[in-house]
Amino acid sequence: MKPGPFTYHDPSTVDELVALLASLEDAKLLAGGQSLMPMLNLRLAQPDHVIDLNTVTGLEGIERTATGVRVGAMTRQATLMSDDDLTAVMPVMKEALHWVGHFQTRSRGTIGGSISHLDPAAELPAVALLHDAILTLEGPDGSRTVPIAEWPIAYMIPNLAEDEVLTSIEFSGWPATHGYAFEEFARRYGDFAIVAVGCLLAVEDGLIVRAAVAIAGSQPTPSRLADVEKALVGQPATAETFQDVAQIAKVVEAMSDSYVNGAYRQRLAGVLVERALTRAAARTRDAN
Amino acid sequence: MDKRDVSLTVNGRVYSARVETRVHLADFLRIEAGLTGTHLGCEHGVCGACTVLLDGEAVRSCLMLAVQANNRSVTTVEGLAGDGDLHPIQQAFRDNHGLQCGFCTPGMVMSLAAYLDEDPDPDEAGIREAISGNICRCTGYQGIVAAGIQAAAALRGEE
Repeated sequence: MKPGPFTYHDPSTVDELVALLASLEDAKLLAGGQSLMPMLNLRLAQPDHVIDLNTVTGLEGIERTATGVRVGAMTRQATLMSDDDLTAVMPVMKEALHWVGHFQTRSRGTIGGSISHLDPAAELPAVALLHDAILTLEGPDGSRTVPIAEWPIAYMIPNLAEDEVLTSIEFSGWPATHGYAFEEFARRYGDFAIVAVGCLLAVEDGLIVRAAVAIAGSQPTPSRLADVEKALVGQPATAETFQDVAQIAKVVEAMSDSYVNGAYRQRLAGVLVERALTRAAARTRDAN
Repeated sequence: MDKRDVSLTVNGRVYSARVETRVHLADFLRIEAGLTGTHLGCEHGVCGACTVLLDGEAVRSCLMLAVQANNRSVTTVEGLAGDGDLHPIQQAFRDNHGLQCGFCTPGMVMSLAAYLDEDPDPDEAGIREAISGNICRCTGYQGIVAAGIQAAAALRGEE
């Protein structure tokens, strides 16, 4: 189990990187390597060229914006987890990262790598969905932005051309009083999620005024549960409400694989949605 | 073949070699540096046996290329023990039957070294989480967890 032969490229600027992407056939981008390296070692991927993003300057960092926070695509998961400013704006990120691999993989793994790899069970694309992230891509024609809702096209296929690269992710913030939670079920800690659910809640006068609920693992691509969100808004933030909307989550579209059937994923979706909403509500500070 | 000169500091000593760019760090350590303490179990990031410290942070050495570690500093299990003395983590593994066949041990020890450096006073749950990315097929983990608790106390200067 060793990678097949490839030519290694280590550009130092985004311009060099984009020029390489435009000129090379069959190139793969190497971010943190926690998904691509296993695929290379197992020879599931045998690209002719590997372009290392680790040598490119300007792709790392966390900065506050007027409406939220912008994160460079090569920012390590461990860095995100320990950044108090980021946690203050979007605490669900830290809670979700706890489920991403192990600390020995979060030290290398990046946010941009995870969002681009787009594993259906990955937590970080779900976090991006919760916070309505805007993704910035660089390509031969300059940069363009893609809202996260338009990012997943199909199973592990993002809205990213072969000559483009994800360079930063801008998350939109919620009122400081919002509640949040991220729930997941896997057979062993650190394994891929069978189902993962994240949610954000804002409450005023005891009533839910805004809700975001995202699910990963159940379908070929992660998604927001719009029906659940719609059913929550205007309702009291009570156990009864959460039990009711869990019934909607229980009929979410769910795939079967060799280990877990769709019915079990649906059951998990209902349980995890109820748990996540219950914990998020307890963390909400009523705006009035 | 695509080759590069790679030079890195391992346990305080510089190792240089011209290697294919597809060689991962673990193979560089084992083959070029001759440091076979770092073990390779699965080579796809699941077993944790190849865990080393890269500039002090725990990483899977099978999940990065040797060329990516150029000019950086790596600590392997060979770098822990002093002159003839076991490192407190190694001593704790010995005292608590924390290993049987020893295959997973380098990764377990390096994971705990990184973890205890961050959190010197962990509870049992913390230790279990720290080694959750390392697979052992002999001991059932009880001895390893006990070793982690003893090692943490020893590193804090307690008996």
